[in-house]
Amino acid sequence: MTKFQSKKEKQKPAVSTASLPDIVFMLLFFFMVVTVMKDADQLVEVRLPDATELKKIKNRTDVQNVYIGKPFKSLASTAGSAPRIQINDKFVEMDEVALILKKGTKEKDLINLRVDKDVTMGMVTDVKTEFRKAERLRVNYMALQREKD
Amino acid sequence: MTSKKKRRSPIEINAGSMADIAFLLLIFFLVTTTITAEKGIQVKLPPYDIGGTPPPPVPKRNVLNVLVNFNNDLLVEGEMEELVNLKNRTIEFLTNPNNSADLPTSPKKAVVSLQNDRSTDYATYLATYNEIRAGYNHVWDEYAKANFNEEYENLTVPQKKKVQEEYPLVISEAEPSDISK
Repeated sequence: MTKFQSKKEKQKPAVSTASLPDIVFMLLFFFMVVTVMKDADQLVEVRLPDATELKKIKNRTDVQNVYIGKPFKSLASTAGSAPRIQINDKFVEMDEVALILKKGTKEKDLINLRVDKDVTMGMVTDVKTEFRKAERLRVNYMALQREKD
Repeated sequence: MTSKKKRRSPIEINAGSMADIAFLLLIFFLVTTTITAEKGIQVKLPPYDIGGTPPPPVPKRNVLNVLVNFNNDLLVEGEMEELVNLKNRTIEFLTNPNNSADLPTSPKKAVVSLQNDRSTDYATYLATYNEIRAGYNHVWDEYAKANFNEEYENLTVPQKKKVQEEYPLVISEAEPSDISK
C-alpha cells in the first residue's frame, strides 16, 4: 500500500536545463567564428550593379576594399558631391591610391572594387591604372547576383 | 558550533545566469553576422608598362572589337548590337563553327578587345564585360563536358588549365576614348 501511495505522489522530474548553456555556447562560438566585422564605415553611397558570372571571394581576410561613389548627403558639405574614392575609412585622392595600396596590402591580396553604378569609366580606369602602378593586379568587381535567363 | 562551520560545504556560484550571458552574446553575433558571401567578377589586370610598348599586331580576323561609347551604346565590329546578343557573338567568335574567314583560325589566337569612353557608365561597362565572360564560360563548359564529362566548375585544377589552354581568356582593354576632348 505504501508502495502505491508513493508512486502516486511522485512528481514528474523537471527537464534539466543544465545543458542549455552548453548549447547556447556552441551556437555562440559558431557565430563568433563566422562573423567578419565590418572593416570601415562607408562614407560613399554604393549601389552595386548586377551581373550573372559571379564568383565568391574565397579568402575574405586578404581583401582590401576600395569604394567609389558619391559621398553621402550628410558629408556633402565637406566632401563635395562628385564621386570620391574611399579606402579604409578615409577619402583618398587619385594620386595617393598607389602609395596606400603598396603600404597597406600584400601583392597577392585581392582588391575588392565596390563601385557605384553611375560612376563613369574614366574614374574607374584611372583607379585601375593606379592599381597596376602599385602592382596590385587581382581585382574583384563586386556585383549582385542576377538570375541567368 | 565550530565543528558545524567546518562541515559546511564550499559555497557554489550560481551558474544559472550563464545561459543568459551566453544568450546575450549570441544575439549580438547573430545580429552582426552577414552570412552572404561577397561575390563579384574577378579579373587580373595587365602589369603597368611605363614605356607603353605597342602590342604586337594581331590579324583582324583574330580580334573581336567591342566598343561601348559615351552614350552607353554597344558596338561590335563597328556595328550597333544588342547586349543580349553579345554572349552569342562571343561564343561564335571563339568557336568559329562555320570556319568563317572573318573569325579566328584557332581560339588560342582569339582576342576580345573591349574599349569604352571615359563617360561610359560603370554599370554598362560591367554588364558588357559580364556578357563576354558569359560567352567564355559557356565555351569552357561545352569543352569540359565534351572532354571530361563535367561542368567546368567541377573540374580539377590541371583539367581547368587544359581548358584554359584551349580557350585562353584574353580580354584586352584599350585606354578609354575621351569624348570631352
